[in-house]
Amino acid sequence: MTQGKKTINITLKVWRQKGPKHKGRLESIPVKDVSTDMSFLEMLDVVNERLTLEGKEPIEFDNDCREGICGMCGAVLNGIAHGPEKGMTLCQLHMRKFSDGDTIVVEPWRSRAFPIVKDLIVDRSALDKIIQAGGFVSMATGGAADANAIPISQEIAEKAMDAAACIGCGACVAACPNASAMLFVGAKISQLALLPQGKPEAAERALSMLGKMDDLGFGNCSNERECEAVCPKEIKITNIARFNREFIKASFG
Amino acid sequence: MQLDAKVPGGPLAEKWDRHLFELKLVNPANKRKFEIIVVGTGLGGASASATLAELGYNIKAFCIQDSPRRAHSIAAQGGINAAKNYPNDGDSIWRLFYDTIKGGDFRSREANTYRLAQVSNNIIDQCVAQGVPFARDYGGLLANRSFGGAQVSRTFYARGQTGQQLLLGAYSSLSRQIADGKVKMFPRREMVELVLINGKARGIVVRNLITGEYESHEADAIVLATGGYGNVYYLSTNATSCNVGAVFRAYKKGAFFANPCFTQIHPTCIPHSGDYQSKLTLMSESLRNDGRVWVPKDPGDKRRPNDILESDRDYYLEKKYPSFGNLVPRDVASRNAKEICDGGRGVGPTGYAVYLDFADAIKRDGKEAIEKKYGNLFDMYQNIIDANPYENPMMIYPASHYVMGGLWVDYNMMSNIPGLFVLGEANFSDHGANRLGASALMQGLADGYFVIPYTIGGYLAGTSFQEVRTDHPAFREATGEAEGRIKKLLSIKGKRTVDNIHRELGQIMWDYCGMARNREGLTKAIKLVQDLREEFWENVIVPGSDTDYNLSLQKAGRLADFLEFAELLATDALSREESCGGHFRDEYKTEEGEARRDDENFCHVAAWEYTGYGKPPKLHKEPLVFENVQLSQRSYK
Repeated sequence: MTQGKKTINITLKVWRQKGPKHKGRLESIPVKDVSTDMSFLEMLDVVNERLTLEGKEPIEFDNDCREGICGMCGAVLNGIAHGPEKGMTLCQLHMRKFSDGDTIVVEPWRSRAFPIVKDLIVDRSALDKIIQAGGFVSMATGGAADANAIPISQEIAEKAMDAAACIGCGACVAACPNASAMLFVGAKISQLALLPQGKPEAAERALSMLGKMDDLGFGNCSNERECEAVCPKEIKITNIARFNREFIKASFG
Repeated sequence: MQLDAKVPGGPLAEKWDRHLFELKLVNPANKRKFEIIVVGTGLGGASASATLAELGYNIKAFCIQDSPRRAHSIAAQGGINAAKNYPNDGDSIWRLFYDTIKGGDFRSREANTYRLAQVSNNIIDQCVAQGVPFARDYGGLLANRSFGGAQVSRTFYARGQTGQQLLLGAYSSLSRQIADGKVKMFPRREMVELVLINGKARGIVVRNLITGEYESHEADAIVLATGGYGNVYYLSTNATSCNVGAVFRAYKKGAFFANPCFTQIHPTCIPHSGDYQSKLTLMSESLRNDGRVWVPKDPGDKRRPNDILESDRDYYLEKKYPSFGNLVPRDVASRNAKEICDGGRGVGPTGYAVYLDFADAIKRDGKEAIEKKYGNLFDMYQNIIDANPYENPMMIYPASHYVMGGLWVDYNMMSNIPGLFVLGEANFSDHGANRLGASALMQGLADGYFVIPYTIGGYLAGTSFQEVRTDHPAFREATGEAEGRIKKLLSIKGKRTVDNIHRELGQIMWDYCGMARNREGLTKAIKLVQDLREEFWENVIVPGSDTDYNLSLQKAGRLADFLEFAELLATDALSREESCGGHFRDEYKTEEGEARRDDENFCHVAAWEYTGYGKPPKLHKEPLVFENVQLSQRSYK
């Protein structure tokens, strides 16, 4: 156990931008005596407390659950979405992963489809719009058959769950050189195409969600696999392959 | 004022069916003439918005997050209860009802709790049909696990992410209605006022968190599904934005606040480690199925846990409660952990932790089986504490997690303000003084999918409405009030940050109004909160402006509400001179140290009415009548 009193000194180079139409810049902020048991966001909290007392504006960043499930937080640290640890959101990253003297460049998600709101906050409503284009089973409340009426093999249920684990944070888009949302879309398409409940609409769903993704200014997939590398829920690009199969079936089937 | 819960007559099991028949219906063609506002997009809000829109109503839905998919329901880990009896272990609607009412220490309304158990099965059917990937057994049928406070296996789950999957199911239904134009979605909005016109709830004022602008919205009915106030303790398992704001605005406009002192301190959370701590992380209660809770017998035993012999360990829950063992309800598990630690036998760097040990389960089922069940929780633990729970026992300690109290509602989920409905954690109705594990998800979805869609129709069909527009003076006045508060916060320019004051409030509440309370402590807490509130309004510093995104300003507004609400919570705790469920008063306990209820004097809902700033609230009592269950001393021995 390394629980102790270890502290480090770091330098943040953090993106500051007043609003969507303002010009942004990197601001250098030295931070002393950071306990390595802190999470990265708690370190930012401490910096913000200091800035506030100095009469400056704190660094705005989105966060909510602080346990890696709501998908609200996210920033690019030294070029990597959600930071250096694999399979982890920014809020779960702890300062013990950094060393004394480190400089950490902190930037927002960058994508044409995600306009910057302020500092590290971006507008990800495009992801909601993609789901609205078909990321659901068209069934109304009431009158569903007994839950055990259709058995689903454990293997299929597990694969669907792997895909359904997506938290909609947008790191895949931020990491992709094309700013594509294919992993996000692929995960939803896969979850629903794997399950019998989602099959009837699988073809229409694939066409419609892909069309919406294109309309919203996301790029396409060129198999860079950057998305998979940064996904905090470690969603596999096999979901993109499954999506492509659904798309081909829908286009030529 | 006499509180009328409007519980339908007839035998318990027939009440809901009978009520459904007796409720007035809104003609399908007329539904599209009604506007309904739903605030919050968690399980209650998202399921209500989607279902009401499916029925044909026009919905405006609001959330403070950037997307309706992020409400805090998403963080629920363990599962959702239903009385399906798939494992054939003797479960039934009646048993789920009974467990829930007993678990709540006989302080919930019988008819509401029964209805909750009744619709529980429909929820599972509904979610499966939406494509929620619940865990399944090898035959492809749904798997169940057991949870605290129950001796049957009735909890459905999706790994340790059940809340996420259920919420995404509701969000997908909501998204479908947004695409159809039946729901107009307003993200990044915070409700800052409730607007009453002619005594009815007819609108809200929200603040656009991106632009700082105030927006007025009118409707025929308002549904609040805004979650709980667990962040009054500052450190809690709640998301950072969880707040009491919306329900407190309603309270100030006349809605009664019921049982605010019924708060739940969850037994299995990762212990506190430093002053910078921003939240406490929950480890799902499902871990108690396989983990064994223990501390060293000798307070001075500083050996590493694996070096402590079996004979030197005290498995205190198994010893004290042989029939439920590690699966006692949350309040019991939490209080025992506190007693052990207060007695000097806690472990870890602060002495405020107990072990939760998986060694026996790993020996019995193999590491792989344990990893499959709890892998993500173990990873989460390792990441935060930097220790491997497969090799060393976890350390856990209780933390504020859920609140049973909330706005008073009748059987129709309507508050005492006509047209104001309250769902999920934001209301008080179903869990009494303690909620059982895996029942919050059940309640949120029951309220949203299967209760409000019918009961709101009864209200709309039976009420005559005057046309209301947002240029009505009541909206202007409400906007003015909200804006005045925001401007005031920015103008103070004091020396203490919002978080700094909130931390102090949390410490006061945790020390005097947490797992154990007493008269002296509560009286002291009320004074401390009053003083802190005064200091807040003189000495808080809120940076930035009110014309762009400003999280500090949002938090300041929420803290202002918490500082008033905390006093109400302590006042309620002081006036309830008994121990029940999560409300434990040192003065009222059995010889064995368990909660001692006073059914003669306190078998009621305490519903508080706001009487003005700084004035004592007025207490109204709704007597709880039990026609079907025998009130008994809760025993898990």
